[in-house]
Amino acid sequence: MLVPCTGRVEEIMVLRAFENGADGVMVVGCLEGDCHFQVGNLRARKRVERVDKLLGAAGIGIGRVRMVNLSAGEGAKFVVHATQMVEHIEKMGPSPINQVRQGWEEKIDRIDPEQRVGEQA
Amino acid sequence: MKAGSNLEKILTAGHFAVTAECGPPRGADPEEFQKKVVHVKGNVDACNVTDNQTSVVRMSSLAGCLLLKQAGVEPLMQMVVRDRNRIALQSDLLGASALGIRNLLCLSGDHQIFGDDPEAKNVYDIDSIQLVDLVRRMRDEGRFPSGKELAGKPAVLIGCAVNPFADPYEIRVPRLALKVQAGADFVQTQCIFNLKKFEQYMQDVRNRGLHEKVAVLAGVTPLKSAGMAKFMKKNVAGMDIPDEVIKRISAADKKDQPQVGIQMCIETIERLRGIEGVRGVHLMAIEWEQKVPEIVKSAGLVPRPEL
Amino acid sequence: MIIGNAKPLEQIIEMLDPFDRIILAGCNGCVTVCRAGGQKEVEILASTLKLAREAASKPIEIRPETLERQCDPEYLEQMRPYIDGYQAVLSIACGAGVQFLAETFKKTPMLPGINTNFIGVTERQGEWSERCQACGECVLHLTGGICPVTRCSKSIFHGPCGGSVSGHCEIDRSVPCGWQLIIDRLNALDRLDMYEKLRPMKRWRQSRDGGPRRIVREDLTQ
Repeated sequence: MLVPCTGRVEEIMVLRAFENGADGVMVVGCLEGDCHFQVGNLRARKRVERVDKLLGAAGIGIGRVRMVNLSAGEGAKFVVHATQMVEHIEKMGPSPINQVRQGWEEKIDRIDPEQRVGEQA
Repeated sequence: MKAGSNLEKILTAGHFAVTAECGPPRGADPEEFQKKVVHVKGNVDACNVTDNQTSVVRMSSLAGCLLLKQAGVEPLMQMVVRDRNRIALQSDLLGASALGIRNLLCLSGDHQIFGDDPEAKNVYDIDSIQLVDLVRRMRDEGRFPSGKELAGKPAVLIGCAVNPFADPYEIRVPRLALKVQAGADFVQTQCIFNLKKFEQYMQDVRNRGLHEKVAVLAGVTPLKSAGMAKFMKKNVAGMDIPDEVIKRISAADKKDQPQVGIQMCIETIERLRGIEGVRGVHLMAIEWEQKVPEIVKSAGLVPRPEL
Repeated sequence: MIIGNAKPLEQIIEMLDPFDRIILAGCNGCVTVCRAGGQKEVEILASTLKLAREAASKPIEIRPETLERQCDPEYLEQMRPYIDGYQAVLSIACGAGVQFLAETFKKTPMLPGINTNFIGVTERQGEWSERCQACGECVLHLTGGICPVTRCSKSIFHGPCGGSVSGHCEIDRSVPCGWQLIIDRLNALDRLDMYEKLRPMKRWRQSRDGGPRRIVREDLTQ
């Protein structure tokens, strides 16, 4: 998801990503002190911290949303961060939402097609 | 005579008064308290019993005062406005007077956040100055605030606490003036370590003629150790302990520090006696009451006059 | 304005345990300004609760609604057409709003999603502080516009007490001494003469101490 500045990233965007099935979310912003809009990336960090806490309290898990700071020219570093994030999320396992939905799908698959009434959410 | 208390007689006769303080016990057992009282007897003109000091629950001041009276020491009851509304304050005053308590100190009280019950409701129905005014009117006019007549006037000498070391300094003397206006007969100051500042305060008090309207009893506390001095300097709001004082007690060996503290206390009392307008000393040897006899004796203040 | 802040999520989740179809009602008034109960907060809370409930295999349906205010009957009436289709309302308006909902829709459980804290002002973005205790008898003209009831921790009328140090209250360095503020203001106005006046005891009957209060304006009632 592209934004002109991470200052534009709001908590609800991250939450919706998890509602839509994300196991993890990485927010990538400019280096602190280099924000074109002064403090956008600092605000983003605070919001990410807030959402992380909410997700923890909601039982989704702490550490599934993470913010990293890079400059536009640090392509290699981006790859490193992304790889680390993926490994981290794989270790944490699928989001509990996805586990529950997977469970439903397995349940549905076991039901005789004749007896299925409708698709689960 | 407004109250006929021993303290009043001493002050009226022009003697240099001596008061001290005993903290009541943190329970229903009076034994430790009674031991403290023994040290004070014969060495003071009246003894304060604190009222849930620092918001820590202790036996009530009223009860402590009765125990003092039973032991033959004149009590000085303290009442903070933190915990009781005007109804309870009036009621306790009438009870105290009926039981022969003739001296009262009216205080704000430390905020309840400092004690063991920080969740308690904040009463502060009236402030300490309004309490002084209330008590004076009951005593002198024989009426409740509502105007109804009292079946017996309370007879108490009314006092206040003052802190010349609290901020802002510019308001300390005007605030004393308010206390005098409300009807304070005497004031006890916060313990004095910074004599220079206190001398300045008394100069400002005298400039307004307040020293003739109210008896100033200067507070002193003997330091037990350098640790105690540093702790008080750092943690107690409104406490002024100059660096020279800290240096002097720190310079001594740990085992000698208590004696240095006592010596400094005695010297302070002597200096205070020389300040015009200071009519007595209030000795707060908290949890060190056994040193009261030594200090009072070395300062040349015993025997206490019997009037 | 009235300042409130979010209840801990765990507490809200516990409150919602018996329900699976609720309305989450926000308010465009005070709680929007103090970022506790406006439309944005409704969205965030609704999303978080849905995630939490789905993760616990107990999905919940949440209808988000942000009312203009929850303290005037006209706005609450807007909910009447659909409210019976829901088991409960979680309101993130102030306590007055939650209660008014309860009085208006007697058969629907009303749950508070925020704690209502105080009447206050915005000192800077993200920081609000208390100014008024609604004592019913304002004395601000006597104290340079600073309230001794609210801003002095002991509601002293002849302050400051002996615990005032360097302009802050003995209870905490972050709390300014209310009486230092008053004295500074009186000095700035060259009216320190107003300090040395003996004030009568406060009439707490005008405040909540006299019982829950009511104002009736005969010229406005029908």
